[in-house]
Order: sequence, then structure tokens, then C-alpha cells
Amino acid sequence: MLLCLTDGGIALFCVNPTSWQIIVFIYIYIYIYIYIYMGNVHSDKAGQFFNSGHTNNWAVLVCTSRFWFNYRHVANTLSVYRSVKRLGIPDSRIVLMLADDMACNHRNPKPATVFSHKNMELNVYGDDVEVDYRGYEVTVENFLRVLTGRLPASTPRSKRLLSDDRSNILIYLTGHGGNGFLKFQDSEEISNVELADAFEQMWQKRRYNELLFIIDTCQGASMYERFYSPNLMALASSQVGEDSLSHQPDLAIGVHLMDRYTFYLLEFLEDIHPSSTTNMNQLFKVCPKSQCVSTPGHRTDLFLRDPGRVLITDFFGSVRKVEITMETINLSSPMEPLPERINCTVHILYMCINKHIIPTAIIMYYVPRQKLLRDVFPCT
Amino acid sequence: MAIRRLKHTRTHAHACMLQTPLDDFQEELVIRPLHSGDIYASFQFRTVWDADFMGDQKVSHYRLFPKSLGQVITKFSVRELHISFTQGYWRTMQWGQPYLPSPPGAELWVWFQDTVTDVDGTWKELTNVLSGIFCASLNFIDSTNTVQPSASFKPLGIGNVTDHSFLRYATLPREIVCTENLTPWKKLLPCGSKAGLSVLLKSEKLFHSTFHSQAVHVRPVCQDPQCRTTSMELRQTLNVVFDLHTSGQGKREWSLFKMFSRTLTEACPLASSSKVYVDVTDNPQFELSPATPLLTQAVVLGDRRTYSVYDLTQQASFGSSRSLNMLLRWKAADGEMLRPLLHSERYVAGYGLQAGEIHTLIYNHHPYRAFPVLLLSAVPWYLRLYIHTLTVSSKGKDNRPSYIHYQPSKDRERPHLLEMLLQLPPNSVTEVTVEFERALLKWTEYTPDPNHGFYVGSSVISALVPSVVAMDTNSTLDRPLFSSFFPCKEEASYFMRVYTEPLLVNLPTPDFSMPYNVICLTCTVVAVGYGSLYNLLTRTFQVDEPSPGLAKRIANVIRRFRGVPLL
Repeated sequence: MLLCLTDGGIALFCVNPTSWQIIVFIYIYIYIYIYIYMGNVHSDKAGQFFNSGHTNNWAVLVCTSRFWFNYRHVANTLSVYRSVKRLGIPDSRIVLMLADDMACNHRNPKPATVFSHKNMELNVYGDDVEVDYRGYEVTVENFLRVLTGRLPASTPRSKRLLSDDRSNILIYLTGHGGNGFLKFQDSEEISNVELADAFEQMWQKRRYNELLFIIDTCQGASMYERFYSPNLMALASSQVGEDSLSHQPDLAIGVHLMDRYTFYLLEFLEDIHPSSTTNMNQLFKVCPKSQCVSTPGHRTDLFLRDPGRVLITDFFGSVRKVEITMETINLSSPMEPLPERINCTVHILYMCINKHIIPTAIIMYYVPRQKLLRDVFPCT
Repeated sequence: MAIRRLKHTRTHAHACMLQTPLDDFQEELVIRPLHSGDIYASFQFRTVWDADFMGDQKVSHYRLFPKSLGQVITKFSVRELHISFTQGYWRTMQWGQPYLPSPPGAELWVWFQDTVTDVDGTWKELTNVLSGIFCASLNFIDSTNTVQPSASFKPLGIGNVTDHSFLRYATLPREIVCTENLTPWKKLLPCGSKAGLSVLLKSEKLFHSTFHSQAVHVRPVCQDPQCRTTSMELRQTLNVVFDLHTSGQGKREWSLFKMFSRTLTEACPLASSSKVYVDVTDNPQFELSPATPLLTQAVVLGDRRTYSVYDLTQQASFGSSRSLNMLLRWKAADGEMLRPLLHSERYVAGYGLQAGEIHTLIYNHHPYRAFPVLLLSAVPWYLRLYIHTLTVSSKGKDNRPSYIHYQPSKDRERPHLLEMLLQLPPNSVTEVTVEFERALLKWTEYTPDPNHGFYVGSSVISALVPSVVAMDTNSTLDRPLFSSFFPCKEEASYFMRVYTEPLLVNLPTPDFSMPYNVICLTCTVVAVGYGSLYNLLTRTFQVDEPSPGLAKRIANVIRRFRGVPLL
């Protein structure tokens, strides 16, 4: 009997196996079939977890307002910073820009604190905060330079956005805005066209895999109207023509502490933990008109995946994908390359297995691939 | 104090162990009650490392010395680095002298090694890197606020440099200090904020104070008495003054828990010495508990003080409750404070937004000794100093400085630098005045909040002040005659640096809504004036018959049907 691999009638590769080799071959195929089938059962659950294709997470959090009465914008940014740090993104991957200092401001009755809830329940400033751009450094030019990566050579690492094409980036902006612009420090503004062009530069330089853009300003939806790069998802706290309102003042501090949208966003994020499976559709429902007075908007037409299959932790957290193996590998001897003739089959096996890399969120057992290979193809 | 080095066990015959330089870490806290009722706490964390940064050997194995600072020192060939972040102003007349003075805002001065070829370029890169390490806006330090002092700021470590071209000094008086600067500072400590004295450093209490200053000082020191090899010393200092009234209690009572909301539970395991000193020179007025038998005397800042010592490396210091919380309770009212011998003030005089005067007053409170001081002023270029109006007077008479170094400013490039050596007569006030004129900046050079004003950095007064201890010339101590002829006692004079207040000056600020207003007005004028003229010149007139009445219009319609000429 001759077993041949053909391509359009032309025999490429033929073997004349003995009966023993035929049995082995059939055994391999059954094994692979069962394995893939079992994999598929889990892949329904695991499917939504490995489709994002990102390997690292970054966050750029910007507060653009100066002066003490804009305390709430700093509190907004710090509450997102706090959630993002809690869910796993380290300080080295967060670029935090605060245009003014509220915590150690002389008007602050409780120095070194920034509260988000009245009666001083939650201090979002905390004890371990690293602000990368502060005060006068928060300008439109610096913000665009951080996004596009065009910084002077002497800029330290903590001030750079060192993302690559497998990074998911979260960008959060808050401050005072209008129809098509966002005001920086009461002296300059950034327009929606500039922002869209900056994102296009990022796309062309492959500086992001997917990007989530959240903006909490008046008429915030106008800022994402002009986006045209792929893989962008945007949320805004209000539509064009509407104002985003602040939440509640604190009588001891004397200013409004948070904006409504970010207040309910913070409440939503406090329920998220690193292994939660909440998806973006629930994020779109945060702060409906009854709570926010303004209508939050979102834009997903440029995003390639279905938002219902995108996890919150894909952007807000830094969930590492870990592959568990039960084998110990002794690397003292050099690795021997496997024989040439079984290369294509090995390649297929590896492709199947790589798709089933799972996050730490769900611990599963699966057939270790080393055992499979060694049983079937003894290394010679 | 003998320095006990942590000895690595050299019984292992590994070559790499022998090459690893020794390092040593000490931590110390000094608590000094002030006469105004406030309390002053000064932390010092000192790491001495026997590595030779100036040699050719690459240093790669870091243990107690923080790697981020070590790499900065090696890469930029830094001999000495002093950086401080301060919030608040030190009130010399109420509080006395600080152990380590610092000006409000950020101050950075660096001595580079003589192998550096482009000092300005290296300085710019160094400030950028430090701004990333300390999360501060040190990248705003550029040529417009950097000066090269010619006489002040001599090296504090060893070094026989006299070439001041390797020295750079800059201040940022507007720099804010908050938790984001304390966090990376704490990360440089070997024990972090987990053990030892650094557990007390909680930002909510530290920043709720009248004065807060944190600094990093790196300098080379001698390793042995002959000074054949050098080691690198890193000192991290934190000075804080807690206010009696804002801490919310009527009676005067201080404890570690009240100051820091923490107590001490253990020493840092990596420290060779961990001590707390409490200044008990005024002991009859307050009681200190828990009492400690260890007392030490030291001459600090020209005054002989007594300190109670708590040694945290001894388990007995913590008592049965395993935590140390010192309590100071005042019983009697305060006595007289020793008046600080050197003190200074500075203010802007004048009116309007055109010109003004800067007055610097230097007080010498020593009853009979005159001593020289070095005054360093760096004034930004937008205050144009008129040096021909510089006057120095003491007790109403002119007092000529023996050394003046003045470097004029260049618009948008360099600030003014004025350094003078003044002799202060005893018990007097010396006044230095200079007139200036305010410049008009370009509209892009204004900060986003220009109506706040512009800061001028503190002036620095450096002096060797005669010590109070040496004031006692008819000594009652029993000493042989051959050693007591010349008035030479220990600590006859001590080095002191006094910083003045920073100045806040209003520059003529334009109305930033002017471009919008001007455009509106100009367009209106153009539209109304030019538009009318254009119309008049180019409009043609046609004669237009008035529209006829109804009867005539019907008649015209009938006539049009008939093909007859209209009415």
C-alpha cells in the first residue's frame, strides 16, 4: 500500500508503510482529533479570552485643567489611575499627566489627599503615586509627542509611551472642552482633527494593537467624531450640545469632587477584578441619562472585534497570558533539531496548541504537548 | 562616631566576593523641640560605598546603594550631586538654625569631574534624567536659570578642584513637592518604607506641616585617615517641622504617634546603626518618656546640646509593647531661645509695573565679632538689574565688598549672577539694594497663569560663623597655659548657609483676550468703513419706474394680449 500526499494530482510525497506504521499513523490522527475536539469544548469559554492578541497594556491618563476649582478633573484622572493600577498595570506602563497640583495645594484642608467621595471616604491620591508630567509640562505639544513617540533624546523612560504593535492602550482625557476641542490649562486647545491625526500616526508607526479612548468633558462626543484609524474604540461622557456635569461638592473642601460620568465609571470599575469577565457592552451602559443628566456616547465602528467579546481587563488591567506545562525541561544539553521529514506535521501540531494559550484567569488542564511528541515521534 | 562596616564573610574563596566593594548603611532621626511650640524632626539615611566611581572599573553590582543613582553618577561623570525639594520657608528667628538648610522649591547643584568636555550638554541631560527619577519638573532647568558660581558652593566632599567651570547651580522656586516626589525618594532607601525609621514617612502627615524638605546628597569621602582611596557617600535627608496649632491640640505635647501616626517597631535589618536622638538641652521644661540612660553631648551649629539616644538595634529600646513611641510633655513655660547669629530677609520695593528695587538685609547678631559672608544672587533676565545702583550699607555707612563677581544677563539666555564677599560688622544690619526694570515678555513666554507672578529664586548667604561655644573667652575649664593663649577651642566657627525668601514679582501682563477683541473690532471697522466706501465707488444706479396702481396693471395685462404698447 502506498500512501501519498498529492497536490492537484501530482504526487508530492509517498511512503510505503508497513502495517505497524499504518496503525501508528491512525493512532496519531485519532489522538489529534480528540485533542482538538476537547480543545474546542474549552475554546468556547477560552475563545473570548485569547482573541485580542495583545501582550502588554499601557495607559495615558491626562488631566488638562489648572486651578483649585478644577479639583474634580484631577480627582477624575486619579480615580482612573487608581483602578488601572489596582488591576495590574504598573507605574512604568502608565503615563500620568496632571496639569495642577491639588493634593499639596495650600487650599487643600487635608494635604496629600485627593478625595473622590464626599465625607472623605476614598483617597484616590494614595501613598504610592508617580506623576510623570505635572504642572506646566502638560501641554498639547507634550501630549502629542508622548502619543506619537517623537520626544527629545534626553527624555527619561518614565515619560515615554514605549508601546509596540501588540500593546493595548487606554487613553483617558478630562477637562473643559467644547464642540471639537479640548482646552489645555486655559491657554491652548487640541482639536479633534489633531487627535485623529495623532492616532493615525500611531497606527502607521504600529504603536498600538487596540486603543480605548475615554473622554469626560462637555460635548465630549465631538472629540471622537473625526477618528479614522482602525482598532479604535471611543467613549464620551456627553453628546454634542450637552454639558457633562459634576457630581457632588464636599463642604469641607469646598469644591466639587468628581464628574458624574467618571464617578459612576469608578463605581463600575471597583467591581472589576483581574479575572473578571465583564465585557465592553456593560461599560457602555455606565451612567445612563437618569444618573448622568448628559447622554454618554460611544463609537465602535472602527473596532474590528465585537465589543461584546472584548474584556474590560483587556484595557484597564494587565492580564498576563501564561501557559502551564507539567514537564520539567533539562536545558543542560543542546536542543537537537527534529528530523526533517516530520517537520510539517510538527508545525501543524504547534499551531493547534498555540491557539489554546490561556490567561491565568482560568486554570485548566490540558494535554502537555511535550508528552505527545515524545510518545509519538521519539527523538533520534 | 566609629563607623562599623558590614563585613562580608571572606571565608569563601570566590574571586567575585573579594571584588565586591563594602557598603554600609546608617539611619538616624533627630527630634528637636522648638521654642515656638513646634517640633522639628530630621531624618538622615547614609549609605557609604567603597566603590571608586572615578576609576576605570565599571561598577555593576549594587547592593545598598541605589542602582538608579549609581548609574546616573557613572554615566554623567558626576563628582558631587545635591538636590533638594522643599515646601515652606524656614523661619530662622522663630526656629533657630536647621541642620541642613534648603531653599523653597527645588535646588540642584552639581560638581562634574574634570573629564567632562561639554559641561552644559551633560547638565541638560542630567536634569532630564533626574526629572524622571524624582517625578519633578527638573527639565525646566535650562540656561535661563542655571548659573556658575565663582566662589560659593565649594565641594562638600573631598576634591581639590578650583575650576568652577565644572560647577552648575540652578533653582526652581515654583516647584511643588508632594507625595509623587516622596515615593521615588523612599524607593532609594535600602529598606524602602518597610522597616526602620522610614516607616514613619507617611505622606499624609509629612505634608500637613509648616516646613517639609527632602534632599539627596552624593559626594566622595575619604575611606581611611590617609585618604588614599575614596568612597561614595549618599545621604538622604528629610526635615519636617510640625506646627503646634494645625495639629489640633491645645496643650503642648508631642509624641511620635502624633507627629507621624506611626510608632517604631524595629530597626532596618540592613542598617549598621539606627538611632533616635531627642534634644533634651531644655529638659527641665519638658519630660521625656520612655526615659533612656544614654545621653550624648554634641556641639551642633555652634551650640553645645545634649541628646537622649534610643538605639533601635537594641531590643530593650522597644520595651514590652514591642513599639517605641516617645512622648514629650511640657510642664513649664519656655525660656529664652539662643538668637541665631546670622539671619537674612529680602523683599521687593517700589510701585508700578515698570521698575522696582530688591533689598536684601543681612543681620549679624553676634555681640562683638565681625565675620565675612558670601552673598550669591541669581536674578532672571526679565528683571533687568542696574548694577550701577548697587549699594551696600551697614549701620548707615557705605560698606564696600572685598570681592564682587558679576555676570550680566543675556535676554532669554542667561540670568544675572551677583556674588559678593561682605564683611558684616558686629551687631548690625547690612542692606544690599539694587534697582531693576521689568521686561515685557513675548506672549508665548507667559505661563498659563501669568497673573500669579514670576518667581525669583532665593539668595544664598554662605558664612563661617563664630561659634557660641567659643564666645566664652574667660574659660573656667582647667587647662595648661601653653594651650590656652590663642582663642582656639573646638568648633570655633561653623559653616552655615542661609537662604532668603524667594520673591514674587508681577510682570506687565497683557490681556490674553486681546487678539480676539482686536480681530472683532478690526473686522467690524473694515466691514463698515471700507465696505461702505467700496459700495459707493462701485455701485451703479438704474432708474426704476414705480409700480403702477391696480387698474393700470389690469389694463397693461389686456394691452399685452392685444399686442399694443403698455402704459
